[in-house]
Amino acid sequence: MRWLDAVTGRNKPVTNNLDALFLIPSAAITLQTAAGFRPTGHGAVCYRSATGAAFAQTQDEMTALISDDADAPEVKVSRDDFGFTWLEVNGDPDDLADLCTDLHAVNTSLEAQGFASGLLCSMVTFAGPSGRKVGLVYLYKSGTFYAFAPTGAQQRDNLTEISVRDHLAAELPMENDLQKWLALWNAPGL
Amino acid sequence: MAHSRFIKDAGLTARMTLVMFLLGALFVGLVVGLMYAFPSYWFLIGLAGIGVAFYQWWSSDKLAMRAMRAREVTPQEAPELHGMIDRLCALADMPKPRVGIADMDLPNAFATGRSPERSVVCVTTGILQILDAEELEAVLAHELSHVAHRDVLVMTLASSAGILAGMLTRGAQFGGLSRGRNSGGFPAVIIALVVSLVVYAVSFLLLRLLSRYRELCADRSGAYLTLKPQALASALTKISGGAGAIPQKDLRANSAVNSLFIVPAVAGISMRTLTATHPSLEQRLEQLARIQAELGRPMA
Repeated sequence: MRWLDAVTGRNKPVTNNLDALFLIPSAAITLQTAAGFRPTGHGAVCYRSATGAAFAQTQDEMTALISDDADAPEVKVSRDDFGFTWLEVNGDPDDLADLCTDLHAVNTSLEAQGFASGLLCSMVTFAGPSGRKVGLVYLYKSGTFYAFAPTGAQQRDNLTEISVRDHLAAELPMENDLQKWLALWNAPGL
Repeated sequence: MAHSRFIKDAGLTARMTLVMFLLGALFVGLVVGLMYAFPSYWFLIGLAGIGVAFYQWWSSDKLAMRAMRAREVTPQEAPELHGMIDRLCALADMPKPRVGIADMDLPNAFATGRSPERSVVCVTTGILQILDAEELEAVLAHELSHVAHRDVLVMTLASSAGILAGMLTRGAQFGGLSRGRNSGGFPAVIIALVVSLVVYAVSFLLLRLLSRYRELCADRSGAYLTLKPQALASALTKISGGAGAIPQKDLRANSAVNSLFIVPAVAGISMRTLTATHPSLEQRLEQLARIQAELGRPMA
């Protein structure tokens, strides 16, 4: 039926598994012991904001939900140069599970309101021994992870990214197609 | 996933399926009719026509790039353009096409290539100048939808009946010359000529209809991808306003790749609605307004 899909211009979207976000805390321990990368407590979700009242309302509800938490992490909404919105959560570096729950909540509430097609990725930031930042990125559309380590304005440290992939390959579904390792220049927290 | 805001346009799907079915039936009818009426060498002519179509599809990326005098650009040369396409492709979960820029003032963009893996998205310098970032992104999303829908393949397949009929018309002319003294052959050649011309005319109109439907589909998918139908609407208004203002001579020079453009460069004079490769601006804006309303509707 692949052929018919081609003619009708339809293909099945990859079924993603948001629960993979809850695997990050245990992966973070591996990353810390094997490579010395510690979580900074910063996480973010990147999405397209749709026009209209429905989306604005959803976004307000999301930020309220996270800010009402007992630990009350700092929530910030910003727009980048490409017109994508970043919802940042600044939580406790030692409680990564809490951060991942917040990111999961953002993803699921956008899904529930029918804006799943606008979700680009979720990112948890780690800092290396020399202060080098690495983002562990979850691609919503393919349901896989990859590492993004910018070193300058338009440069990325591919060696670190590949070594992170090798460290985490056993624990997280890592993206095998290097073409999909999207560069997120000026991502907040990196 | 709970539910999606993507609403299926059942009417558009039904109309498009009907047109594709009719084109397929036309092709089969022509081949079967010829099989009964004529000896086998007619098929060599038909085969040559299909071969040409296949070659056009197979090397569509190179041919279109050459026709538009476009050059491929690297991420270093055009970082913003590449960054936009990178993100749209990640959002749509599709392989990234190559990116080209054509050095001309005509504001337009096109996508071509035999498969999503071997495709190229090209913009003109004119479109880069008149559109802002959000509008350019909407146009790129429209073009990426063409790539994802494999419109080059679909249109090539759909045009096979017309190409076959066109080649047969030629073949019948030459056949008529060489077999003129043969008493049995002459009427058959006339019949072939008439049938081919009728098939060609019908398939021409159906093709244009199909092309307009594919454009509407690409508009829909593009708007749902960026979640900003407003941006595509303002881009279309800007581009079509620009296309009308440009002198006729320059416009006709671009007719080779017209059906791949986002807005056709040649203004139709007669039978405009029947033979246009693109739907009218009003029709496209109406559809985008419907999508906009759907996106803004609060859910229970």
